[in-house]
Amino acid sequence: MKSLADLAALRAKCQAEIAAREKGKTLVIIGMGTCGIAAGAREVQKALEEELAAHNVDNVIIKQTGCIGMCEQEVLVDIARFGEARVTYGKVKPEHVKALVEEHIINGRVVPELVVGRFPDANQDKGFGDVPKYSDIEFCKKQQHLVLEHCGVIDPDSLEEYVALGGYEGLAKALTAMKPEEVIDQVKKSGLRGRGGGGFPTGMKWQFCRNSVADQKYVICNADEGDPGAFMDRSVMEGDPHRMVEGMAIGGYAMGATEGYIYARAEYPLAIKRLRAAIAAAEQAGFLGENIFGSGFNFHLQVKEGAGAFVCGEETALMQSIEGKRGMPRPRPPFPAVSGLWGKPSNINNVETFANVAMIIVKGADWYAGMGTEGSKGTKVFALTGKIKHTGLAEVEMGTTIREIIFEVGGGIANDKKFKAVQIGGPSGGCLPESMLDLPVDYDSLIKAGAMMGSGGLVVMDETTCMVDVARFFLTFTQSESCGKCTPCREGTKRMLEILNRIIDGKGREGDIELLEDLAGVIKDTALCGLGQTAPNPVLATLRYFRDEYEAHIKEHRCPAGACSALTKFVISDRCKGCGLCKRNCPVQAISGEPGKQHMIDTTKCIKCGACMANCPFKAIDRE
Amino acid sequence: MAKVTGAVDKIDYAELDAILAKYAGKQGVLIPVMQDVQNLYNYLPKAALEYVSEKLGIPLAEIYGVVTFYSLFHLNPRGKYISRCCQGTACHVRGGASILNALEAQLGIKPGETTMDGRFTLETVACLGACGLAPVMQIDEDTHGRMTPEKVAKVLAEYN
Ligand SMILES: Cc1cc2nc3c(=O)[nH]c(=O)nc-3n(C[C@H](O)[C@H](O)[C@H](O)COP(=O)(O)O)c2cc1C
Ligand code: SF4
Ligand code: FES
Repeated sequence: MKSLADLAALRAKCQAEIAAREKGKTLVIIGMGTCGIAAGAREVQKALEEELAAHNVDNVIIKQTGCIGMCEQEVLVDIARFGEARVTYGKVKPEHVKALVEEHIINGRVVPELVVGRFPDANQDKGFGDVPKYSDIEFCKKQQHLVLEHCGVIDPDSLEEYVALGGYEGLAKALTAMKPEEVIDQVKKSGLRGRGGGGFPTGMKWQFCRNSVADQKYVICNADEGDPGAFMDRSVMEGDPHRMVEGMAIGGYAMGATEGYIYARAEYPLAIKRLRAAIAAAEQAGFLGENIFGSGFNFHLQVKEGAGAFVCGEETALMQSIEGKRGMPRPRPPFPAVSGLWGKPSNINNVETFANVAMIIVKGADWYAGMGTEGSKGTKVFALTGKIKHTGLAEVEMGTTIREIIFEVGGGIANDKKFKAVQIGGPSGGCLPESMLDLPVDYDSLIKAGAMMGSGGLVVMDETTCMVDVARFFLTFTQSESCGKCTPCREGTKRMLEILNRIIDGKGREGDIELLEDLAGVIKDTALCGLGQTAPNPVLATLRYFRDEYEAHIKEHRCPAGACSALTKFVISDRCKGCGLCKRNCPVQAISGEPGKQHMIDTTKCIKCGACMANCPFKAIDRE
Repeated sequence: MAKVTGAVDKIDYAELDAILAKYAGKQGVLIPVMQDVQNLYNYLPKAALEYVSEKLGIPLAEIYGVVTFYSLFHLNPRGKYISRCCQGTACHVRGGASILNALEAQLGIKPGETTMDGRFTLETVACLGACGLAPVMQIDEDTHGRMTPEKVAKVLAEYN
């Protein structure tokens, strides 16, 4: 790959070859991200192949793609007959395959029970007029796919498809038409801020690293994605790995680094596999390696697998881990831009941050800065999980309100329950109640409200979730992940956890809330790294918005959500018909009663597992 | 490669040499070497650590320090199948604890333990990245989504 003209020629060649290969064929595209596979995509593929063979249909090409973000609809299968609209089907099981083949593939008729929508490509208006367009579907209406542009669209293992859609044009433009300073300038002007949590301006960080003089510098991608409940980085790596390679190579050029590392968590084997394949393909094609685009710039990239430590998402700990040591944070300064990996100037950015870079270079900083709010530009990908109707990934313009994300994109609360709170920003973040839902997503306004953007995980909770339990859940997590280097975090979080445990066990004391607040303040002020400094946030945020729940636990020994088992008991009401199902399902024989008569639970034996309640056909068992 | 279960009593040093040769001359190789050794034996046998320590010139104490820091390294033999139950946020609010309870009851062990017959080791994990299908569990590299306590026995039965 020696020039822009080479890339243009390659692109034309890829497009022509794809068109020739797919001419006259029906395309069947199966979502093969981790979610898709977990929902049974491989079984669906097998069934499809068998069904096609049984019908002697041979003009079909089966392709894989990454995750388009509709996790709730997995397994997703798209069918596009030649020259006709591409129709997406959801919740496909092997038993549905017969209908898809006979109706859609052979006869060109839609299968209405499974249909999701008409995919937005050039053929969108060719037939299937009664199927809603993507842009008319509730989940997609408010979304804007920039970072996720190719996820669920292309085959992630195909460099050909990436290039055919304009891939590597950002790298080509940067290397052949821009000086490194101009690249940094564009990134600065775009207003891009780090998507890994802190929201630090990316261009400024690149400038610091560029300014450091050294014989060797490193570009590192933080793909540790430790926030449980967030999976946007996984989706980008699995669905569009070349975007990462391109973004990092541009960063390397801008900062004068010739070596790059992607530090990916080991729990993401598929992402690691696809990244390694993408790197090998990019090297082969000349997008990585020596003298890229004839510019004299060399860049090599490798994937490092994590080994299961949340604290390794912290940048100094991450570099220790790459060096093969215990991943413990160290004080800053010196900042990584001055002394990082192996003591050399290094720059660390998050997956989603790098995924934004190429389009800024191609389309320009002004275009990018035209989206979003005053202080937060572009889009952000959120992972919608918990008690929400449409779980999945939602990429929306910065400034969209949380209410729009949850109630429009996400479709509101599942099972007709009432919304109670949303946890935003993972274990470092906080929860927001109903009254804060009109907050626009923007780094600064979220901090003001006691939460933070974090990685973009949105875990939705309904009225049956106890907020004290949520706080305890996060603190248990941070406590067990504390590296133990500094006392406030190691010991302080343990003390806070003890207090939360006793409150939940109904043994809370007068003054416990104040003690929690005291400890939280000290830990925030004195812990060494971000893990400790933010560990109290979930407690502080729940105290800020749900203090009454804490008080009910402490003063009345009552859990208002009915979730804390030490504070609730199961009782059988007079709706009981004496069918005996509960008695048979109770694992500890705590239920007694004559057939046909109201049964009773012995509260001294009951372990509050809920088996009786789940099995009662008359809903006669109450939790109080 | 046949899957190792239980403790290994004989270390094949040629296999360890092959692993070490892959990383010869590179920096920061301890963790990748340990990952490869664990892939070979399913855990990190003491004799293998001693050998690696000598060959890499890294004190055994330092190697222990590193492997005990990371949760994915194991110093004790593990079962034929590793079942991991997600206890991440998204799974927690959708009943992840009830899946873990069902696993414990079915297998008769607690997290970190291995069944008597050496078939299953039970572990917990903080997130498998399939939160959209919560609650989620994994057996080896197969992820199973939309779990219910009733489905646990069915999933386990697929692995012999
Ligand atoms: C305990 C802890 C865990 C972190 N985990 C991650 C992570 O998983 N992914 C990530 O991108 N950043 C994580 N960060 C933030 C990184 O330290 C760093 O700020 C970020 O990768 C910088 O990239 P950005 O400027 O592109 O956001 C974590 C920070 C702390 C303190
Ligand atoms: S704050 Fe916690 S995780 Fe960070 S260095 Fe201190 S002990 Fe380690
Ligand atoms: S929280 Fe369980 S898979 Fe993410």
